[in-house]
Amino acid sequence: MTAEGKVFKYGDNVDTDVIIPARYLNVSSGEELAKYCMIDIDESFASKVEKGDIIVAGKNFGCGSSREHAPLAIKCAGAGCVIAPSFARIFYRNAINIGMPIMECAEAAAEIKAGDEVSVDFATGVITDKTTGKTYQAEPFPEFMQKIIDQGGLVKYVSAQFGNEQ
Amino acid sequence: MGMTMTQKIIAKHAGLDNVRAGQLVEAELDIVMGNDITTAVALKEFKKTGAEGVFDKDKVVIVLDHFTPNKDIKAAEQCKACRNFAWDMNVKHFYDVGEVGIEHALLPEKGIVSAGQIIIGADSHTCTYGALGAFSTGVGSTDMAIGMATGKAWFKVPSAIKFVLTGKPAKWVSGKDIILHIIGMIGVDGALYKSMEFTGDGIQYLSMDDRFSMANMAIEAGAKNGIFPADEKAAEYCREHGAKEPVVYEADEDAEYEDTITIDLSKLHPTVSFPHLPENTRTVEEAEAENIEIDQVVIGSCTNGRISDMKIAADILRGKHVNKKVRTIIIPATQKIYLECVERGYVEDFIKAGAVFSVPTCGPCLGGYMGILASGERCVSTTNRNFVGRMGAKDSEVYLASPAVAAASALTGHITSPENV
Repeated sequence: MTAEGKVFKYGDNVDTDVIIPARYLNVSSGEELAKYCMIDIDESFASKVEKGDIIVAGKNFGCGSSREHAPLAIKCAGAGCVIAPSFARIFYRNAINIGMPIMECAEAAAEIKAGDEVSVDFATGVITDKTTGKTYQAEPFPEFMQKIIDQGGLVKYVSAQFGNEQ
Repeated sequence: MGMTMTQKIIAKHAGLDNVRAGQLVEAELDIVMGNDITTAVALKEFKKTGAEGVFDKDKVVIVLDHFTPNKDIKAAEQCKACRNFAWDMNVKHFYDVGEVGIEHALLPEKGIVSAGQIIIGADSHTCTYGALGAFSTGVGSTDMAIGMATGKAWFKVPSAIKFVLTGKPAKWVSGKDIILHIIGMIGVDGALYKSMEFTGDGIQYLSMDDRFSMANMAIEAGAKNGIFPADEKAAEYCREHGAKEPVVYEADEDAEYEDTITIDLSKLHPTVSFPHLPENTRTVEEAEAENIEIDQVVIGSCTNGRISDMKIAADILRGKHVNKKVRTIIIPATQKIYLECVERGYVEDFIKAGAVFSVPTCGPCLGGYMGILASGERCVSTTNRNFVGRMGAKDSEVYLASPAVAAASALTGHITSPENV
């Protein structure tokens, strides 16, 4: 599986309140939330993002609230992957659990520029900046998390276990 | 190699003699909790698992505290969905308007959580119950859904930072000031993925309310959890509130810590976090010198809506009047605290001082309702986050502080030390 698109770039500590402000949390539909994704940090994101586009950001991406609405809004807005040097732990968990691809790679996060065309190979963790021609290697996921990702999220992973038990 | 407090609790619940940092384990859960915003998502995911019921109706907690009493039609629909789910699942600990309080004040007060337990909650401030000596951590809605279905969750065993607290804090230095000071020291990702373990002889001077405030904000340093030793004070709290008999886990002498930070509490000052990150801390004296005029004060939340917080605010506001330009909103965290404020005469103190006194709700803390900020407005708030747009317009500003600093600032109209009112 791969994602490929242009880069939207943000700084350190992008919090879940700017990814999806609480004033929009009176609904839980991903399509509805996607309309307001990143609104308090980048008003034009939701209208400009195209399927497969990549968010590249600084450290501690997704800090703050546990709202799963944050990775859900990013996923439903069409973004194909978020690349950052580190993720806040609840955001990290949520992204894996709902099947929103994320990659930890400090070098890529530092060097890739807004507007670059980037592709990400999830199987190998190789990130390619097609604009500069440079490639980066993301941190691999532990095997257990890779299994959840491969199943398409935690619910499908656990449902499969329920199925086996019954 | 020995284990930290957190590692011991995880090992026990995973049925293992030993765990080490970085290990992935599956652990049994004592409590799975969600609120009206996160449960609305979790119940949809729960249905997808195919589970017919929750794993244990006594161990699932649903608290409709964020946008209640319903702030608008969409929030009302969300609450309705949560309510129907709770009734369908026969959830024992379901709290709706009339009984509801802010979850992280409510669960300890109702004796639902106790020392030695593992608690997950679909709310980032679930780390609050670490004050009791529990391993308690925030998760998302899907984890809540799977927790409700299976009674289990996967964890990456965290490493830890040890905070050795020594000395006795000065009069106006509360748990809130201590944790803001710590976040200022280590940064908003200073404890990313880790446990913050609080130890040292200074802990004896910290009330349970101080400890709840501190554990509550561990997440603001990126931590997986914050935890205090389950000392006699914590055990007594659990027993007084009818919680399960506390199980005490002590860190091993040779437990491994990534860092040990010693803090002399007697040297700390009341602390204020400036916009737009909790790590942007100043002492109240430094903040006061900047003469920052404010438009609103909020005293409440899962961080500082407990009875001791209400008492400090009442003691400062009693017989005085808030500055005409400052809208002062005081929100007790639970109905029990609300009633106690009525009985002790605090409500009269607040109203005569020109403040409003609300029913329990998370409302303003996350910019939901009950005190939204207009563009350019500034608020001193006893809540826990001051991110861009957190309490309203994206160019509004939130200054995080203790109830004492917030109440003093309400009187003067600018950030003020309680020493000076």
